[in-house]
Amino acid sequence: MKDHAILRVVTKLLIPYILLYAFYVQWHGDYGPGGGFQAGVIFAAGIILYALIFGLQAAEDAIRPRVVHVGAAAGLLLYLGVGVVALLLGADFLDYDALGEHGQHHGILLVETGVFITVASVMITIFYSFAELVRSD
Amino acid sequence: MIGEQIIGIVVLALLSVTAITIARLRSLLATAMLSGIFSLLGACWMLVLDAPDVAFTEAAVGAGISTILILATLSVVGPDEKRGDESPLALFVVLVTGGVLVYGTLDMPRYGDPNAPAHRNPVTQAYLYSANPPAEHRGAPPGPDAHEFEPFAVGIPNTVTTVLASFRGYDTMGETAVIFTAGLGVVAILGGARRRRFTPTETDDIPPGDERPEA
Repeated sequence: MKDHAILRVVTKLLIPYILLYAFYVQWHGDYGPGGGFQAGVIFAAGIILYALIFGLQAAEDAIRPRVVHVGAAAGLLLYLGVGVVALLLGADFLDYDALGEHGQHHGILLVETGVFITVASVMITIFYSFAELVRSD
Repeated sequence: MIGEQIIGIVVLALLSVTAITIARLRSLLATAMLSGIFSLLGACWMLVLDAPDVAFTEAAVGAGISTILILATLSVVGPDEKRGDESPLALFVVLVTGGVLVYGTLDMPRYGDPNAPAHRNPVTQAYLYSANPPAEHRGAPPGPDAHEFEPFAVGIPNTVTTVLASFRGYDTMGETAVIFTAGLGVVAILGGARRRRFTPTETDDIPPGDERPEA
Protein backbone atom coordinates (compact mmCIF):
# COMPACT_ATOMS: atom_id res chain seq x y z
CA MET A 1 0.00 0.00 0.00
CA LYS A 2 3.02 2.24 -0.33
CA ASP A 3 1.60 4.05 -3.36
CA HIS A 4 -1.53 5.33 -1.64
CA ALA A 5 -0.57 8.90 -0.76
CA ILE A 6 -3.81 9.65 1.10
CA LEU A 7 -3.60 6.50 3.23
CA ARG A 8 0.02 7.23 4.04
CA VAL A 9 -0.61 10.82 5.06
CA VAL A 10 -3.73 10.06 7.09
CA THR A 11 -2.04 7.13 8.82
CA LYS A 12 0.98 9.24 9.67
CA LEU A 13 -1.35 11.76 11.31
CA LEU A 14 -3.38 9.11 13.14
CA ILE A 15 -0.75 6.81 14.57
CA PRO A 16 0.70 9.21 17.20
CA TYR A 17 -2.80 9.84 18.51
CA ILE A 18 -3.66 6.14 18.56
CA LEU A 19 -0.54 5.40 20.61
CA LEU A 20 -1.19 8.40 22.87
CA TYR A 21 -4.77 7.25 23.35
CA ALA A 22 -3.50 3.81 24.34
CA PHE A 23 -1.43 5.38 27.10
CA TYR A 24 -4.39 7.53 28.16
CA VAL A 25 -6.54 4.42 28.46
CA GLN A 26 -3.73 2.75 30.41
CA TRP A 27 -3.06 5.47 32.98
CA HIS A 28 -6.63 6.70 33.20
CA GLY A 29 -8.00 3.20 33.82
CA ASP A 30 -8.31 3.98 37.52
CA TYR A 31 -10.80 6.76 36.82
CA GLY A 32 -12.63 5.81 33.63
CA PRO A 33 -13.33 2.77 31.50
CA GLY A 34 -10.29 0.92 30.30
CA GLY A 35 -7.14 -0.62 31.65
CA GLY A 36 -4.11 -2.57 30.63
CA PHE A 37 -5.91 -5.01 28.36
CA GLN A 38 -7.71 -2.43 26.24
CA ALA A 39 -4.69 -0.14 26.17
CA GLY A 40 -2.44 -2.98 25.01
CA VAL A 41 -4.82 -3.86 22.20
CA ILE A 42 -5.08 -0.22 21.07
CA PHE A 43 -1.30 0.16 21.13
CA ALA A 44 -0.89 -3.04 19.09
CA ALA A 45 -3.54 -1.79 16.65
CA GLY A 46 -1.49 1.37 16.09
CA ILE A 47 1.63 -0.66 15.30
CA ILE A 48 -0.30 -3.06 13.06
CA LEU A 49 -1.78 -0.11 11.16
CA TYR A 50 1.76 1.14 10.64
CA ALA A 51 2.78 -2.27 9.33
CA LEU A 52 -0.23 -2.43 6.98
CA ILE A 53 0.50 0.93 5.38
CA PHE A 54 4.28 1.23 5.49
CA GLY A 55 5.16 -2.43 5.21
CA LEU A 56 6.10 -5.15 7.64
CA GLN A 57 9.78 -4.28 7.28
CA ALA A 58 9.29 -0.74 8.55
CA ALA A 59 7.24 -1.95 11.52
CA GLU A 60 9.80 -4.61 12.43
CA ASP A 61 12.53 -2.00 12.25
CA ALA A 62 10.55 0.22 14.63
CA ILE A 63 9.60 -2.57 17.05
CA ARG A 64 11.81 -5.61 16.66
CA PRO A 65 10.22 -9.08 16.85
CA ARG A 66 12.73 -9.91 19.56
CA VAL A 67 11.52 -6.95 21.64
CA VAL A 68 7.90 -8.13 21.58
CA HIS A 69 8.94 -11.71 22.30
CA VAL A 70 10.74 -10.54 25.42
CA GLY A 71 7.94 -8.09 26.22
CA ALA A 72 5.30 -10.82 26.27
CA ALA A 73 7.16 -12.61 29.03
CA ALA A 74 8.30 -9.42 30.80
CA GLY A 75 4.75 -8.17 31.32
CA LEU A 76 3.65 -11.41 32.95
CA LEU A 77 6.82 -11.43 35.05
CA LEU A 78 6.08 -7.87 36.21
CA TYR A 79 2.62 -9.01 37.31
CA LEU A 80 4.03 -12.02 39.13
CA GLY A 81 6.82 -9.86 40.53
CA VAL A 82 4.35 -7.56 42.28
CA GLY A 83 2.84 -10.65 43.89
CA VAL A 84 6.23 -11.96 44.97
CA VAL A 85 7.25 -8.57 46.39
CA ALA A 86 4.07 -8.57 48.46
CA LEU A 87 5.02 -12.06 49.65
CA LEU A 88 8.53 -10.92 50.61
CA LEU A 89 7.06 -7.99 52.54
CA GLY A 90 5.19 -10.47 54.67
CA ALA A 91 1.72 -10.22 53.15
CA ASP A 92 -0.30 -12.56 50.93
CA PHE A 93 0.51 -13.04 47.26
CA LEU A 94 -0.78 -10.00 45.29
CA ASP A 95 -1.86 -8.22 48.50
CA TYR A 96 -1.04 -4.66 47.43
CA ASP A 97 -1.63 -3.27 50.92
CA ALA A 98 1.91 -4.45 51.73
CA LEU A 99 3.36 -1.99 49.19
CA GLY A 100 2.96 1.03 51.42
CA GLU A 101 0.44 3.75 52.20
CA HIS A 102 -0.98 3.94 48.67
CA GLY A 103 -0.14 0.30 48.06
CA GLN A 104 -3.45 -0.58 46.42
CA HIS A 105 -3.09 2.27 43.96
CA HIS A 106 0.52 1.49 43.09
CA GLY A 107 -0.07 -2.25 42.95
CA ILE A 108 -2.98 -1.87 40.54
CA LEU A 109 -0.94 0.51 38.40
CA LEU A 110 1.97 -1.95 38.25
CA VAL A 111 -0.05 -5.04 37.42
CA GLU A 112 -2.01 -3.09 34.79
CA THR A 113 1.31 -2.07 33.26
CA GLY A 114 2.26 -5.75 33.19
CA VAL A 115 -1.02 -6.62 31.46
CA PHE A 116 -0.44 -3.79 28.97
CA ILE A 117 3.07 -4.98 28.06
CA THR A 118 2.02 -8.61 27.65
CA VAL A 119 -1.16 -7.90 25.67
CA ALA A 120 0.48 -5.40 23.31
CA SER A 121 3.49 -7.67 22.78
CA VAL A 122 1.42 -10.80 22.16
CA MET A 123 -0.91 -9.04 19.69
CA ILE A 124 2.05 -7.64 17.75
CA THR A 125 3.80 -11.03 17.89
CA ILE A 126 0.77 -12.82 16.47
CA PHE A 127 0.47 -10.26 13.68
CA TYR A 128 4.18 -10.49 12.86
CA SER A 129 3.97 -14.29 12.76
CA PHE A 130 1.14 -14.26 10.22
CA ALA A 131 2.58 -11.42 8.18
CA GLU A 132 5.97 -13.14 7.96
CA LEU A 133 4.23 -16.30 6.83
CA VAL A 134 2.78 -14.38 3.87
CA ARG A 135 6.08 -12.69 3.07
CA SER A 136 8.08 -15.91 3.02
CA ASP A 137 5.73 -17.48 0.46
CA MET B 1 -35.31 5.95 28.93
CA ILE B 2 -37.55 5.54 25.87
CA GLY B 3 -34.71 6.80 23.72
CA GLU B 4 -32.41 4.18 25.22
CA GLN B 5 -34.96 1.46 24.47
CA ILE B 6 -35.30 2.60 20.86
CA ILE B 7 -31.52 2.62 20.45
CA GLY B 8 -31.39 -0.85 22.02
CA ILE B 9 -34.03 -2.23 19.66
CA VAL B 10 -32.36 -0.70 16.60
CA VAL B 11 -28.94 -2.04 17.60
CA LEU B 12 -30.34 -5.52 18.31
CA ALA B 13 -32.15 -5.52 14.96
CA LEU B 14 -28.93 -4.57 13.18
CA LEU B 15 -27.12 -7.32 15.12
CA SER B 16 -29.63 -9.91 13.91
CA VAL B 17 -29.39 -8.70 10.31
CA THR B 18 -25.59 -8.84 10.45
CA ALA B 19 -25.64 -12.32 11.97
CA ILE B 20 -28.00 -13.69 9.31
CA THR B 21 -25.95 -12.08 6.56
CA ILE B 22 -22.77 -13.64 7.95
CA ALA B 23 -24.42 -17.07 8.02
CA ARG B 24 -25.50 -16.76 4.37
CA LEU B 25 -22.22 -15.40 2.99
CA ARG B 26 -19.66 -17.52 1.19
CA SER B 27 -16.87 -14.96 0.91
CA LEU B 28 -14.67 -15.25 3.98
CA LEU B 29 -13.30 -11.76 3.38
CA ALA B 30 -16.77 -10.23 3.61
CA THR B 31 -17.52 -12.45 6.61
CA ALA B 32 -14.45 -11.13 8.43
CA MET B 33 -15.45 -7.52 7.79
CA LEU B 34 -19.06 -8.20 8.86
CA SER B 35 -17.80 -9.90 12.04
CA GLY B 36 -16.03 -6.66 12.84
CA ILE B 37 -19.25 -4.73 12.29
CA PHE B 38 -21.08 -7.26 14.47
CA SER B 39 -18.57 -6.65 17.27
CA LEU B 40 -18.90 -2.90 16.92
CA LEU B 41 -22.70 -3.16 17.13
CA GLY B 42 -22.26 -5.45 20.15
CA ALA B 43 -20.09 -2.79 21.74
CA CYS B 44 -22.80 -0.17 21.09
CA TRP B 45 -25.36 -2.40 22.74
CA MET B 46 -23.17 -2.97 25.81
CA LEU B 47 -22.74 0.80 26.05
CA VAL B 48 -26.53 1.17 26.08
CA LEU B 49 -26.57 -1.36 28.95
CA ASP B 50 -24.15 0.88 30.92
CA ALA B 51 -21.16 -1.47 30.64
CA PRO B 52 -18.53 0.85 29.15
CA ASP B 53 -15.59 -1.33 30.18
CA VAL B 54 -16.97 -4.37 28.38
CA ALA B 55 -17.98 -2.24 25.40
CA PHE B 56 -14.47 -0.85 25.23
CA THR B 57 -12.95 -4.33 25.20
CA GLU B 58 -15.42 -5.55 22.59
CA ALA B 59 -14.69 -2.58 20.31
CA ALA B 60 -10.92 -2.85 20.66
CA VAL B 61 -10.63 -6.64 20.52
CA GLY B 62 -13.67 -7.81 18.57
CA ALA B 63 -13.90 -5.04 16.01
CA GLY B 64 -10.23 -4.15 15.88
CA ILE B 65 -7.58 -6.76 16.54
CA SER B 66 -9.51 -9.96 15.82
CA THR B 67 -10.70 -8.62 12.45
CA ILE B 68 -7.11 -7.81 11.52
CA LEU B 69 -5.90 -11.23 12.69
CA ILE B 70 -8.64 -13.03 10.75
CA LEU B 71 -7.74 -11.00 7.66
CA ALA B 72 -4.07 -11.89 8.18
CA THR B 73 -5.07 -15.55 8.37
CA LEU B 74 -7.15 -15.23 5.21
CA SER B 75 -4.16 -13.79 3.38
CA VAL B 76 -2.48 -17.13 4.12
CA VAL B 77 -5.33 -19.57 3.52
CA GLY B 78 -7.24 -17.76 0.76
CA PRO B 79 -10.46 -15.73 0.84
CA ASP B 80 -13.04 -18.31 -0.27
CA GLU B 81 -14.89 -20.91 1.73
CA LYS B 82 -14.57 -24.44 0.46
CA ARG B 83 -17.92 -25.79 -0.62
CA GLY B 84 -18.46 -28.63 1.80
CA ASP B 85 -21.44 -30.91 2.12
CA GLU B 86 -24.20 -29.10 3.96
CA SER B 87 -25.51 -31.68 6.34
CA PRO B 88 -28.98 -31.10 7.83
CA LEU B 89 -27.50 -32.52 11.03
CA ALA B 90 -25.36 -29.38 11.38
CA LEU B 91 -28.43 -27.16 11.18
CA PHE B 92 -30.17 -29.36 13.73
CA VAL B 93 -27.24 -29.12 16.17
CA VAL B 94 -27.07 -25.34 15.78
CA LEU B 95 -30.82 -24.95 16.32
CA VAL B 96 -30.81 -27.17 19.41
CA THR B 97 -27.83 -25.33 20.89
CA GLY B 98 -29.47 -21.97 20.22
CA GLY B 99 -32.72 -23.24 21.72
CA VAL B 100 -30.95 -24.41 24.88
CA LEU B 101 -29.21 -21.06 25.22
CA VAL B 102 -32.49 -19.15 24.87
CA TYR B 103 -34.11 -21.52 27.36
CA GLY B 104 -31.26 -20.77 29.76
CA THR B 105 -31.92 -17.05 29.62
CA LEU B 106 -35.53 -17.56 30.75
CA ASP B 107 -34.29 -18.14 34.30
CA MET B 108 -32.29 -14.93 34.37
CA PRO B 109 -33.61 -11.94 36.31
CA ARG B 110 -35.14 -9.03 34.41
CA TYR B 111 -32.59 -6.46 33.19
CA GLY B 112 -31.92 -3.88 35.90
CA ASP B 113 -33.77 -5.85 38.59
CA PRO B 114 -32.46 -4.49 41.91
CA ASN B 115 -33.31 -7.81 43.59
CA ALA B 116 -31.22 -9.84 41.17
CA PRO B 117 -28.90 -12.27 42.99
CA ALA B 118 -25.87 -10.53 41.50
CA HIS B 119 -26.87 -7.31 43.25
CA ARG B 120 -27.93 -8.79 46.59
CA ASN B 121 -24.99 -11.14 47.01
CA PRO B 122 -22.84 -10.17 50.01
CA VAL B 123 -19.72 -10.49 47.85
CA THR B 124 -21.07 -7.79 45.52
CA GLN B 125 -21.89 -5.59 48.50
CA ALA B 126 -18.42 -6.12 49.96
CA TYR B 127 -16.70 -5.36 46.65
CA LEU B 128 -18.69 -2.20 46.05
CA TYR B 129 -18.16 -1.05 49.61
CA SER B 130 -14.44 -1.79 49.65
CA ALA B 131 -13.80 -0.26 46.24
CA ASN B 132 -15.13 3.12 47.32
CA PRO B 133 -15.95 3.21 51.02
CA PRO B 134 -18.06 6.09 52.33
CA ALA B 135 -15.99 9.12 53.32
CA GLU B 136 -16.63 8.70 57.04
CA HIS B 137 -15.16 5.17 56.95
CA ARG B 138 -12.15 6.09 54.86
CA GLY B 139 -8.89 6.09 56.78
CA ALA B 140 -10.64 5.16 60.01
CA PRO B 141 -8.33 3.34 62.42
CA PRO B 142 -8.92 -0.39 62.41
CA GLY B 143 -10.79 -1.34 65.50
CA PRO B 144 -14.11 -2.67 66.69
CA ASP B 145 -15.87 0.41 65.23
CA ALA B 146 -14.28 0.18 61.81
CA HIS B 147 -16.28 -1.47 59.11
CA GLU B 148 -15.30 -5.08 58.64
CA PHE B 149 -14.28 -4.42 55.05
CA GLU B 150 -12.11 -1.42 55.86
CA PRO B 151 -8.76 -3.24 55.54
CA PHE B 152 -9.46 -3.72 51.83
CA ALA B 153 -10.51 -0.16 51.10
CA VAL B 154 -8.98 0.86 47.80
CA GLY B 155 -10.56 4.19 46.89
CA ILE B 156 -10.10 4.09 43.11
CA PRO B 157 -13.11 5.58 41.29
CA ASN B 158 -13.39 2.86 38.64
CA THR B 159 -14.82 -0.10 40.53
CA VAL B 160 -14.27 -2.42 37.55
CA THR B 161 -10.53 -1.76 37.63
CA THR B 162 -10.46 -2.28 41.39
CA VAL B 163 -12.27 -5.60 41.17
CA LEU B 164 -10.24 -6.88 38.22
CA ALA B 165 -6.78 -5.80 39.34
CA SER B 166 -7.02 -6.00 43.12
CA PHE B 167 -9.87 -8.09 44.51
CA ARG B 168 -9.64 -10.62 41.71
CA GLY B 169 -5.96 -10.14 40.94
CA TYR B 170 -5.45 -13.90 40.66
CA ASP B 171 -8.00 -14.08 37.85
CA THR B 172 -6.41 -11.26 35.91
CA MET B 173 -3.00 -12.83 36.41
CA GLY B 174 -4.40 -16.05 34.95
CA GLU B 175 -5.88 -14.16 31.99
CA THR B 176 -2.55 -12.51 31.31
CA ALA B 177 -0.92 -15.94 31.43
CA VAL B 178 -3.52 -17.21 28.94
CA ILE B 179 -2.72 -14.38 26.52
CA PHE B 180 0.99 -15.06 26.96
CA THR B 181 0.38 -18.75 26.25
CA ALA B 182 -1.62 -17.87 23.13
CA GLY B 183 1.27 -15.82 21.81
CA LEU B 184 3.67 -18.61 22.70
CA GLY B 185 1.51 -21.10 20.81
CA VAL B 186 1.35 -18.96 17.67
CA VAL B 187 5.11 -18.42 17.70
CA ALA B 188 5.71 -22.12 18.29
CA ILE B 189 3.42 -23.18 15.43
CA LEU B 190 4.27 -20.48 12.89
CA GLY B 191 7.93 -20.26 13.91
CA GLY B 192 7.97 -16.50 14.37
CA ALA B 193 11.56 -16.36 15.58
CA ARG B 194 13.09 -18.60 12.89
CA ARG B 195 11.33 -16.90 10.02
CA ARG B 196 13.00 -13.59 10.69
CA ARG B 197 14.92 -12.27 7.76
CA PHE B 198 18.65 -12.72 7.82
CA THR B 199 20.56 -9.50 8.15
CA PRO B 200 24.20 -9.28 9.17
CA THR B 201 23.35 -7.82 12.59
CA GLU B 202 21.00 -10.65 13.40
CA THR B 203 23.03 -13.64 12.28
CA ASP B 204 24.68 -13.71 15.68
CA ASP B 205 21.36 -14.58 17.28
CA ILE B 206 20.83 -17.71 15.23
CA PRO B 207 21.73 -20.86 17.10
CA PRO B 208 24.02 -23.25 15.24
CA GLY B 209 22.24 -25.80 13.10
CA ASP B 210 19.24 -23.50 12.73
CA GLU B 211 20.28 -21.93 9.44
CA ARG B 212 17.78 -21.69 6.70
CA PRO B 213 18.56 -21.19 3.03
CA GLU B 214 18.24 -17.57 1.95
CA ALA B 215 14.72 -16.89 0.73
